[in-house]
Amino acid sequence: LQLRLTPGDLAFREEVREFLRSNLPDDLARRARYDYHPRRDDIVRWTRALAERGWSVPHWPVAYGGADWTPLQRFIFEDEMRAGYAPIGDRIATELVAPVLYTFGSETMRARYLPAIRNADTIWAQGFSEPGAGSDLSSLRTRAVRDGDHYVVSGQKTWTTEGHHADMIFTLVRTDTDVKPQRGISALLIDLTAPGVTRRPIWTIDEGLTVNEVFFDDVCVPVENLVGEEGAGWAYAKFLLTNERATSAEVPHTKRDIAQVRAIAAIERKNGRPLIEDRSFRERLAAIEVDTVALEYAVLRVLTAENEDNPVASLLKVRGSELRQRVADLACEALGEAGLIVCPNPEGEHVMREEASSGAVPDHGIGIAAKAMFRRATTIYGGANEIQRSLIAKTILGL
Amino acid sequence: VDFTLSSEQAALRESVERFIERDYGWEQRHAVISSTDGLSSAHWGMFAELGWLGAGLAEEVGGFGGGAVENAILLESFGRGLVVEPMVAHIVAANVLARSNAARAAELLREMIMGERRVVLAHGEGMRDSLTATQTRFAGQRISGRTTMVEGAGGGDMLIVSAIGDDGVLALYLVDPASPGVSVRRYRTIDNHRAADIVFDAASPVCALTFDGDAGAVLSVALDQGIVALCAEAVGSMEAALMMTRDYLQTRKQFGVAIGSFQALQHRMADMLIDTEMARSILYHALGAMEDDTATRRSAVAAAKALIGPAGVRVAAGAIQLHGGIGMSEEYAVGHFYKRLYAIERLWGDSALHLESFATRADVRL
Repeated sequence: LQLRLTPGDLAFREEVREFLRSNLPDDLARRARYDYHPRRDDIVRWTRALAERGWSVPHWPVAYGGADWTPLQRFIFEDEMRAGYAPIGDRIATELVAPVLYTFGSETMRARYLPAIRNADTIWAQGFSEPGAGSDLSSLRTRAVRDGDHYVVSGQKTWTTEGHHADMIFTLVRTDTDVKPQRGISALLIDLTAPGVTRRPIWTIDEGLTVNEVFFDDVCVPVENLVGEEGAGWAYAKFLLTNERATSAEVPHTKRDIAQVRAIAAIERKNGRPLIEDRSFRERLAAIEVDTVALEYAVLRVLTAENEDNPVASLLKVRGSELRQRVADLACEALGEAGLIVCPNPEGEHVMREEASSGAVPDHGIGIAAKAMFRRATTIYGGANEIQRSLIAKTILGL
Repeated sequence: VDFTLSSEQAALRESVERFIERDYGWEQRHAVISSTDGLSSAHWGMFAELGWLGAGLAEEVGGFGGGAVENAILLESFGRGLVVEPMVAHIVAANVLARSNAARAAELLREMIMGERRVVLAHGEGMRDSLTATQTRFAGQRISGRTTMVEGAGGGDMLIVSAIGDDGVLALYLVDPASPGVSVRRYRTIDNHRAADIVFDAASPVCALTFDGDAGAVLSVALDQGIVALCAEAVGSMEAALMMTRDYLQTRKQFGVAIGSFQALQHRMADMLIDTEMARSILYHALGAMEDDTATRRSAVAAAKALIGPAGVRVAAGAIQLHGGIGMSEEYAVGHFYKRLYAIERLWGDSALHLESFATRADVRL
């Protein structure tokens, strides 16, 4: 057992910190602290800064422009990125789509899309859910009919994260209706600017724009955009979702949120004293911290396990997503009544409704209410927690 | 970071598992818990022979070169087997003696490791307010006061007693439990462990235990060694309770199907597994902090106990619930896991105390 970071790990962490100190612009850090959904230009600026250092996709194999980092290095890196308020990059592209492309995609596909992801020239969305296919994803109905060297795609995707500012979408489509539902699904890369694609924003309860509806109306997609084999899309999606669950614990972000709660509670007051000195408040924060310490070590156990597609990842997702909600709620509570005031992103790209109330929320409270509202989604996306629990019972416990 | 056991550690685990399987079956355990002293001298002798009584001690003090991790391996298996012999009490006392520079301490420790003598720490009155506080006094070469819930005290050959001197400083003394002025009231706890309340009425200590540093700091380290071992025991019990419940859900049929096919039960099991895995994870975190500075160690141990205590009770309560009526039977193991985990939640500071002490300390991270 080696239960602590080694001197080598610590030196690496210091290297990442130093990079952040010298390269992260103040305006990017400020907006990351507000923690609204990231703007496209922030994603692009930061990804390119990282790319110059060779760190925009460090977990990829070297052959595709990555650094072949170990999962632990990547965890330390993410931990420092969150702690240092770096913008969150295009994770759909770098963490979900790209591994599918370099594992299952053609050589042409890799050459065409991977460098653009590495440099944030292309931003990606993921088109899985449909109005009639949520947890029961295999019932999806968006059709792709082969017509010569094209597929003609028609149907609708929904809850499409980043759909509003993405260039490309990784979709699951039905290419065969005569076989078992899972066998008739293929993975297709679709240009969101192609004729026949319509995007419509879905404003969520945080009054923010993260997810979208995407309509496909006889969209022509070249056959070379088929990932791997026709009918194998379900297997690729499972591969992709496994990668998603491994990072879905979001421990680095929760650690930063805990620090934010502390900062807010040092400013806010109760009974004439800083809120952080209130015993009941402190203990509820401590309970979240204790759960986070445990979750962090659980993540490390999964990351360093020999078997990488560990079903234990489901377990991390459940606990991690619940913690994200708890910490956001505690931050909002710490803010008191100011936690109830609508506060649109002061530097946002997309604002649902202009308000005259700006300035009513103190700087340390910007983004807090919106975050608490949006976090209800964490236990739904990436496989609802109820689905995860069933998966845990079946695959780990054999029930 | 590497969570795999070394070959020595794996061998240790294997030997404990073998003991549980061969010598700690339901009937054998029943004989132990029905006995007057609530422990088997034969077992204790075996622990000594197998090197377990010194497994977590450095070679300089006569141990076998291990530490908290070796104790955790031992106790985790003890937790699975619901072993009632007072191993945690042994670990705490041994850790006090191992840090003393008194010649008598070294001698006692050697005897403890050989299984020839049992020494336990008599410290604390309820441990509600603090782990290290005591009301027991040392004045005029005599000890007066009382201490509660001293595990293993009944059969203990020697007590290590904490007391505050005239200078207001905590010191540790060796006291013979048979000496005048010492009265021991023994009892059995719900988990079939044995403990005692001890009253000291102007008792004369054998000698003071001296240390290179502060006795309070030594006490704190020794308690943390015990607490982290207790946490490991809890993890073992949680896993065993979970797995026996899993097996039951796979075989018990109602409405014509295995009850494990019902989603309400599956989801509760999933939550119990999550609790168990989080408990194991925070145990590793605490084990990794045992050699750190005091604040880091204290914080990590407090975090572990604060999480594992309630998680253990939740898992075992779920295990009873999912078993249904049979889970309530005294003749069935699942209730005994519950009782042990219920006790662990309270012992050596309950989760409220540990959460409070975690909350008042600085952050601990990797």
